[in-house]
Amino acid sequence: MQAPVQDAITVAEEQEKWLADAMALVQHHAFFMHRALDANNLRDALKFSAQMLSELRTSKLSPQKYYELYMRTFDELRKLEIFFKDETKRGRTNADLYELVQHAGNILPRLYLLCTVASVYIKSKEAPAKDILKDLVEMSRGVQHPVRGLFLRSYLSQISRDKLPDIGSEYEGRLVSLRNTYIKSGDAVSAKLLHCKFSRLQGPAREKERREKERRELRDLVGKNLHVLSQLEGVDLDMYKDVVLPRVLEQVVNCKDEIAQYYLMDCIIQVFPDDYHLQTLETLLGACPQLQPTVDVKTVMSQLMERLSNYAASSSEVLPDLLHVEAFAKLSSAVVKVIEAQPDMPLVGAVSLHVALLTFTLRVHVDRLDYVDQVLGACVKKLEGKGKVKDSKATKQIVALLSAPLEKYNDVVTVLRLTNYSKVMEHLDYETNKVMAVVIIQSIMKNNTSISSSEKVDALFELLKELIKDSEGAPSMDEIDEDDFMEEQNLVARLVHMLVNKDHEEMFKILTTARKHFGQGGPKRLKFTLPPLIFAALKLVRCLQGHDAGDEALVSPKKIFQFLHQTVEALSTVPAPELALRLYLQCAEAASDCSLEPVAYEFFTQAFLLYEEEIADSRAQVTAMQLIIGTLQRTYVFGVENRDTLTHKATGYSAKLLKKPDQCRAVYACSHLFWLEEDGGTQDGERVLLCLKRALRIANAAQQMSSVTRGSSGPLTLFVEILNKYLYYFEKGIPQVTSNLIQGLLELIGTELQSENTAQDRAVDAFFASTRRYIQFQKQKGDDLAERYSSIQVVSPP
Amino acid sequence: MVLVLALGDLHIPHRAPDLPAKFKSMLVPGKIQHIISPGNLCIKEVHDYLKSLCPDLHVTRGEYDEDLRYPESEQLKIGEFKLGICHGHQVIPWGDLDSLAMLQRQLDVDILITGHTHQFKAYKHEGGVIINPGSATGAYSSISYDINPSFVLMDIDGLRVVVYVYELIDGEVKVDKIDFKKPQTAA
Repeated sequence: MQAPVQDAITVAEEQEKWLADAMALVQHHAFFMHRALDANNLRDALKFSAQMLSELRTSKLSPQKYYELYMRTFDELRKLEIFFKDETKRGRTNADLYELVQHAGNILPRLYLLCTVASVYIKSKEAPAKDILKDLVEMSRGVQHPVRGLFLRSYLSQISRDKLPDIGSEYEGRLVSLRNTYIKSGDAVSAKLLHCKFSRLQGPAREKERREKERRELRDLVGKNLHVLSQLEGVDLDMYKDVVLPRVLEQVVNCKDEIAQYYLMDCIIQVFPDDYHLQTLETLLGACPQLQPTVDVKTVMSQLMERLSNYAASSSEVLPDLLHVEAFAKLSSAVVKVIEAQPDMPLVGAVSLHVALLTFTLRVHVDRLDYVDQVLGACVKKLEGKGKVKDSKATKQIVALLSAPLEKYNDVVTVLRLTNYSKVMEHLDYETNKVMAVVIIQSIMKNNTSISSSEKVDALFELLKELIKDSEGAPSMDEIDEDDFMEEQNLVARLVHMLVNKDHEEMFKILTTARKHFGQGGPKRLKFTLPPLIFAALKLVRCLQGHDAGDEALVSPKKIFQFLHQTVEALSTVPAPELALRLYLQCAEAASDCSLEPVAYEFFTQAFLLYEEEIADSRAQVTAMQLIIGTLQRTYVFGVENRDTLTHKATGYSAKLLKKPDQCRAVYACSHLFWLEEDGGTQDGERVLLCLKRALRIANAAQQMSSVTRGSSGPLTLFVEILNKYLYYFEKGIPQVTSNLIQGLLELIGTELQSENTAQDRAVDAFFASTRRYIQFQKQKGDDLAERYSSIQVVSPP
Repeated sequence: MVLVLALGDLHIPHRAPDLPAKFKSMLVPGKIQHIISPGNLCIKEVHDYLKSLCPDLHVTRGEYDEDLRYPESEQLKIGEFKLGICHGHQVIPWGDLDSLAMLQRQLDVDILITGHTHQFKAYKHEGGVIINPGSATGAYSSISYDINPSFVLMDIDGLRVVVYVYELIDGEVKVDKIDFKKPQTAA
């Protein structure tokens, strides 16, 4: 079978010619066979099929050419099988057929025909399958030629595939020896085949595709043989361990063909049962480092690991076996050996091996965090000195390595216990590291994981450090996309709500730890990260409110307010004055609820200072005043002096807002600062009225300005608003707000509305109308309030 | 029958990470015709999420909203009802129903949707109805203690509106309903 190289081309041509000739003959005989089948002529059908099968008696063809011939004949035999089945329906017994086909002259055609009949025979159950198969196997021994024998056995295995009988004890002995022979012969055949044929498949590059195809077909056939081997009863564990596996592995390693090696390893793994693999783990793994460097050994090993982990998952009794054979130890040292044996293995290969091992560990030894950590540690060692990995494929594998424990445990807190996790993460380049950090945060949010101690916060923020602060390798702020940045930081902000612990001391520690980390984030990050901390702290204050822990306690409202003060101060220097003002006011109200007057006063002071110095935009000023007045109106903690100072400031600034309407509204809002509803609150009717009158003056001035600049009086809406305020205080029973005042204002508005100078304004008309309706409604209610309203006349417009 | 969702004061991400999962699973795109929010969402992601539930989204400005272009107040007509929206931090005293009634008269609306206090309220008075859907995330408020997440769904049908309020109490969603009828007005 070995031909000299220079004759290679002639040989190939020769092979082609022989094959073509043989195929033509097969076709010729098949044509006549079909004619006979159509005519239901069994005798002729058998005659022509035997002639057709004679072509398979050739020794001239190389295995791959023989294969083609075999496949052609195989198709025809299928048709013959169908005919045999129909024959039996027509009354011919299987036994008859079986007898008839044996009249074929030569052994090979005879055997093929027998196998074909056997297929139908066994299915019909007219005779025990064991008997038939035993017969066939015996007779097949007669074909010693390696190639012809291999294909014949292949045909036999194909037709008997699902019909191999169970081992009955009486048969064991007889069958075992049969199987042994089968194995040995099959084995010898495949060995020879591998040796000769794969080495023959070299040649010019343009033939490469054809070669690949032939290689694949060939290995499929050998694979099938292995498959049959595996299904044979009698190949028990000992035989596998001592005979079959070592021999097959020897052949695999020696053939030195990468496609064959890969496929055959794959075959071995898929085809033999899992507990066999478990018991022969070392042998099997031992072959891996000896394979060609170009073989995708990681896929081979990961397939093995996957099978073993599926096996472990299938039943709980399996696990002790796995532990017993120390599967993990063997697999992890095998990984190391493979990597050592192939120093040129690219990084992506090495990491993917670790990924496969990690997947196995997570499925089989999910509680053993130390194993998981060990795998990560092995990878860290491999990555040592490589800095930030630039190869994108290797990076992808590293990300897979890091994501696996996250997905498995669904609990970042467990992942935080893996000491090597952060070290692996360090090798990701900047962008990928951030992506991984985002994945971690999303895992926390999705699983509602609480990060409940300051140590955990430290560990977590270590993993998230590229998001939280600027590191040396990071691109500068101008290069970063703003929208992406905002999205990331908002995600970090959401994370803050997961840092919780019901124990107040621990909670405070968590807040201070987080604050420390965020403080290193630079001005651009603070306005995203600090506000959620501040609200978390305010919530903590509420929990502590009312408990008097005393000054010795590690956490108290006072201490938290100190923390809050520093934190909001940091925001105002960002600068983010409007945000800081709002937060100071939140703190002020909280301090007031805790009855801490000096603390509340300090917060109000800071808010006012920000207003004076930093808030220049007129619209922002309006909102800021609304918030200051609104908060001040609700705080009851202040004594007379402090309250007066703050109120005075508020009204002063209100009157100084730029636009007159804004001034007017802010001033009448201030009226509420002098009328606090709850017990102990100031109720000063004089000052209320003063505010309202001041508001009226401003409204008048606004009117006049409008008529000077635009030629008509401005909308009267401000007057109607103030009228409503009068009604509000009238109903509260403030003596200073008399029905006369209200009457006067009603008439004023009514007159103004009818004047030519006034621009028509549907909104004002509607507002005035609904206000008048309200007064009418109150008058008709028939209660004490109605009494008071009785002196007010509502003027209807003409 | 027109379904209007009213929800506000989510304060994401400053005071809450997200809407409660039970609410999120109830809010499905395509079922609601209008969404009204008094404000304080606070970030664009929340705006986009609400927009995905229903394209007709009306938001007024809360004092923490990132988008400064939201109006201070808005009026719209749905069916026979005139609705007004305003966050409410502009109306002092905060949460005071009489002062809010004044705003309602000023906007000339039948239903005023407002927020800021994070406390659910449905208040009927001479001029109409004031509805505060509360805080959809149960966010911290200096004004109210012990807040449960809540939102409101209004079913407007002719002159009648049924207000369904959904509240998340101890992990379970509880629903309550209130009926309002608008009097037939002479033209």
